[in-house]
Amino acid sequence: MTAYILRRLLATLPVMAVVAVFVFFLLRIAPGDPAAIIAGEDATREAIEAVRAKLGLDRPILEQFALWLWRLAQGDLGVSIFSNLPVTRLIGQRLEPTVALTLSTLLVAVALAIPIGVVAAWQVRKLADRLVMIFAVLGFAVPGFLAAYVLIYIFAVQLQWLPVQGYRPIAEGLWPFVEGLILPSVALGVTYMALIARITRASMLEVLSQDYIRTANSKGLATRRVLLLHALKNAAVPIVTVIGIGIALLISGVVITETVFNIPGLGRLTVDAVLKRDYPIVQGLILVFAAVKVLVNLVIDISYAFLDPRIRY
Amino acid sequence: MVAITDDTAAERAELPVMARWATAIRRNPTIAAGAVLLAVLVSLAILAPWLTVDPLKQATINRLRPPSERFWFGTDQFGRDIFARTLHGARVSLIVGLTVAAISGVIGLALGIVCGYFRRIDGIVMRIMDGIMAIPSILLAIALITLTRPGLAVVIIAIVIPEVPRVVRVVRSVVLSIRGQPYIDSAIAGGTRGFKLLARHVLPNTLAPLIVQATYICAAGMLIEAALSFLGAGVPPEIPSWGNIIAQGRNFFQIAPWTILIPGVFLALTVLAVNLMGDGLRDRLDPRLARRM
Repeated sequence: MTAYILRRLLATLPVMAVVAVFVFFLLRIAPGDPAAIIAGEDATREAIEAVRAKLGLDRPILEQFALWLWRLAQGDLGVSIFSNLPVTRLIGQRLEPTVALTLSTLLVAVALAIPIGVVAAWQVRKLADRLVMIFAVLGFAVPGFLAAYVLIYIFAVQLQWLPVQGYRPIAEGLWPFVEGLILPSVALGVTYMALIARITRASMLEVLSQDYIRTANSKGLATRRVLLLHALKNAAVPIVTVIGIGIALLISGVVITETVFNIPGLGRLTVDAVLKRDYPIVQGLILVFAAVKVLVNLVIDISYAFLDPRIRY
Repeated sequence: MVAITDDTAAERAELPVMARWATAIRRNPTIAAGAVLLAVLVSLAILAPWLTVDPLKQATINRLRPPSERFWFGTDQFGRDIFARTLHGARVSLIVGLTVAAISGVIGLALGIVCGYFRRIDGIVMRIMDGIMAIPSILLAIALITLTRPGLAVVIIAIVIPEVPRVVRVVRSVVLSIRGQPYIDSAIAGGTRGFKLLARHVLPNTLAPLIVQATYICAAGMLIEAALSFLGAGVPPEIPSWGNIIAQGRNFFQIAPWTILIPGVFLALTVLAVNLMGDGLRDRLDPRLARRM
């Protein structure tokens, strides 16, 4: 087990190395003169040269790369072109809203989607199942911002139950904090829920056709007991996989959702950096998001061993 | 057995055209639904210049008009006709979706076959693909766009790069799975080599999963383009793409929700149509996958 975890841990290194090399060389192989593009349309010659020097583009490429890697290894993601603040500090300041949004979405999505999927599998080909499948198909088609605006229109503009946008840190009280997260979490979670519900249904259907389920049913166990204890437990591996894969969806979705709801998190930071062409911030965010994704995959791989003792490595 | 198949075949040939269509629709309701929806949207997109007024024409006297007989979908803050803009936006979305699917399909197919064939290159290419896949696609596209001047071609390239690894994975796994098959060995033993082997035995096998994957990439491409334009990092703002229309309506959402909801619904319908085709084709072409979903 320990050997397996170590091996998986080591396997993440080449992936992260590729990501690091990729974002580093992206700036260097970009067509045209990135320094001129970053400096803006009517930048003076000096301004362009200043950006070039700031990005280190005026030095030999291998020297740049070595220096960049050395700093990266020490947790230094560089300095913002416009604010001159370290990228790590900017990311740190914006971390709370994004973590709160992602976790609440994860919670809402898993808590709703798994029961929905279980019911669909139990009621297969009946009305409940049809409705779940329609939701699943629509969930994949509805873009995050449309879901967000429809929710805002109904619950904030028409009914006025929830705030239209904005974020209150948890320090300002639990209800304002939760109130501000409800609509963004549901909007961000729609596709994710569709994904989890669909896999839960499929995985449950497969398990429910097994002999031991028939045995459990025929010896008179309560339906709920069979569904939850016997079936769901054995259907868990694909569900957990998809919950993990879906984290990538959430990371991409955060950028949109935070923009719609005006939440000052990492997503807003990304968009602001892109609009100002502040490449060091974009680069740092890509590294952080990719690391989160790789880490989540690692956790999923390791969780298999706990969920299904038959899986041996 | 032979007699029976001949009978049905003969019967089928005699069926009138309408009845044959009816059978096809009954057998593949998902593909049919997707195809009809998509056909309607594509015709609207193609006919947009004849069906609508100029999508760029401003008329401040008509600003923020709600949907009416004169302005079917209402107008935006510059008095531009949302019906015209939405239909023209369909062109942008469909062009991006199809181009992204085609380009990433071709690049992915080539790389996938190379990886499946040459074990030495495989390791390196797949590590690079893993790395690209670790970056959330919208972020990767955003990063690429930060470094270049805005334009439709840049947006397409920026969406293609993160999608390519998905195709490579599918194609590679097909090539690997047929490598050791007896019919491949016997074809090689019979003297079929190189390009002929590729064209006759490898490509046909990759086709079904490739088409299915391409439909999903087409849908993803349209969603990402809209998201990028919505964020202000997509096609230039003067092009009426759905993402741009929505982005420009943001500040007026509370008083003029139609500027956002209508193009948004069109985007969802287009993605839905393409996804339905994809789901239907997957069930039809690849029964093994169908059972899993």
